[in-house]
Amino acid sequence: MATYSTTEFKAGLKFLMDGQPCTIIENTQVSPGKGQAFNRVRYRNLITGRVLEKTFKSGEKVEAADVVDTDLQYLYTDGDFWHFMDPASFDQFQATESAVADIQKWLIEQDMCTVTLFNGQPISVTPPKQITLEIIDTDPGLKGDTAGTGGKPATLSTGAVVQVPLFVQIGEKVIVNTEKGEYISRAK
Amino acid sequence: MKRSLLLKRSQLFQQLRTFFYARSVIEVDTPMLSVAGAPDCHLSSLTTQVQVPGEREPQPYYLHTSPEYPMKRLLCEGSGDIFYLGKVFRDGDLSPRHQVEFMMLEWYRIGFSMQDLIEEVVVLLHHVLNVPPNLSPPEINAKRTSTTVDHTLRVEQLTYQQAFAKYANISNIFEASASQCQACLSAYGVPEIVGVAMEDKGLWEQLVLTEVVEPQLGREGENLAITVLSHYPASQAALAQISSDNPLTSERFEVFVKGMELANGYHELREASFYQRRFEASLNERVQQGFSPVALDERLLTTLTQTPLPDCSGVALGVDRLFALQQGFDDIQQGIAFGLLES
Repeated sequence: MATYSTTEFKAGLKFLMDGQPCTIIENTQVSPGKGQAFNRVRYRNLITGRVLEKTFKSGEKVEAADVVDTDLQYLYTDGDFWHFMDPASFDQFQATESAVADIQKWLIEQDMCTVTLFNGQPISVTPPKQITLEIIDTDPGLKGDTAGTGGKPATLSTGAVVQVPLFVQIGEKVIVNTEKGEYISRAK
Repeated sequence: MKRSLLLKRSQLFQQLRTFFYARSVIEVDTPMLSVAGAPDCHLSSLTTQVQVPGEREPQPYYLHTSPEYPMKRLLCEGSGDIFYLGKVFRDGDLSPRHQVEFMMLEWYRIGFSMQDLIEEVVVLLHHVLNVPPNLSPPEINAKRTSTTVDHTLRVEQLTYQQAFAKYANISNIFEASASQCQACLSAYGVPEIVGVAMEDKGLWEQLVLTEVVEPQLGREGENLAITVLSHYPASQAALAQISSDNPLTSERFEVFVKGMELANGYHELREASFYQRRFEASLNERVQQGFSPVALDERLLTTLTQTPLPDCSGVALGVDRLFALQQGFDDIQQGIAFGLLES
């Protein structure tokens, strides 16, 4: 099993902690000069998403985690699994609900997503930063309000709900930012 | 780096030099290359190869981790008060507070006790830090004459033991157990520590110092202050004298501003035999911990044998940290033309 020593620690390094894959967010060396050096590490558990901290005595080792980010095309869901495919090799991957829980509402069939694989299994999915979706329900709002001074909730075709300006109507397509869950503009 | 910042850095160097020239402390430029290295277990010297005429193979040389040994040889030879302002090298150290190559100010004062030198460090820090960094000189002058703003920093001086009592609620750190130190770390919300044996009291004590005590030092609310810790345990004396009134403590001090160590000073050991013993102890620890041994500074030992070090105190101060504090930077690299990863 490959290991990393504290001297190799840096942001983005993937390692195993209690059997779960984690990624280093920030690694700070603490070298008192007259004492033992330590590494103060802030890391994210890639399964739970929780951010944790630990301080490692310098020279300690952690196990490397087989974690890779890969671009896959979202195909469809059968309700139990979300299916993705590598468009080059046609290899297919099944993601469980926990891997897509937070982003299900941004998944559009045929879209390319970044899928994080741990030992070959999808553990998280990042949809494209901007996607275009149709509004399937929103309050008709006030006619003639084009200044966009107010806002109203609108339900999109995937079920996502975002705040949109008053002038945007049912049937129109809008561009949204999937990271923030925010309306950007109407799609042309 | 912007010219305005280069100028401020250059002004700091000038300010430091002026401080010592005004006190008749002379500047020395001791060699950065040496056939000997620092045996300290926690320091890692860079090494290089020098083609010495007459030798078949290139000879290994160390880049100095501090100018201490050659400066002490000069002191033995009668240099009087001296200072060094220049680069030193410590392998592997890179963080917001560290660069592998960094500016060190080190000086020695003949006849100074530890307390005398602490007071001089405090005066120097006032010179450098009490000027609000964002005011240009004319504004400062205007302010001083019109409103006489007091920029004096609060100075706090504690012994090592008092600091643990005040900031970590451990009344006697010398008698505290490893489990007391562990309890303190969790009481102060310090994240889990990995790789330290439960019974290794020395390391748990160090962690209480670095994770609990030090971050609280040198602060007065949001403002900068100066905290001096003195009388470090005899086991951490390095090359400082053991206190004459307490065999458990040494005449070693450190100075902190905004939770960061700025300076480390000693009332210096004088006799060659003590140096020999401390060097060998460090070297043993080094080998035990699995680090490569280093060549000891035999020339320093020979010089000390012939003429013991005059009674003096010396201190080393991190100039990049000082500049970062003066400018309000979080990473010393912001005040350096090119850091290691940009070199």
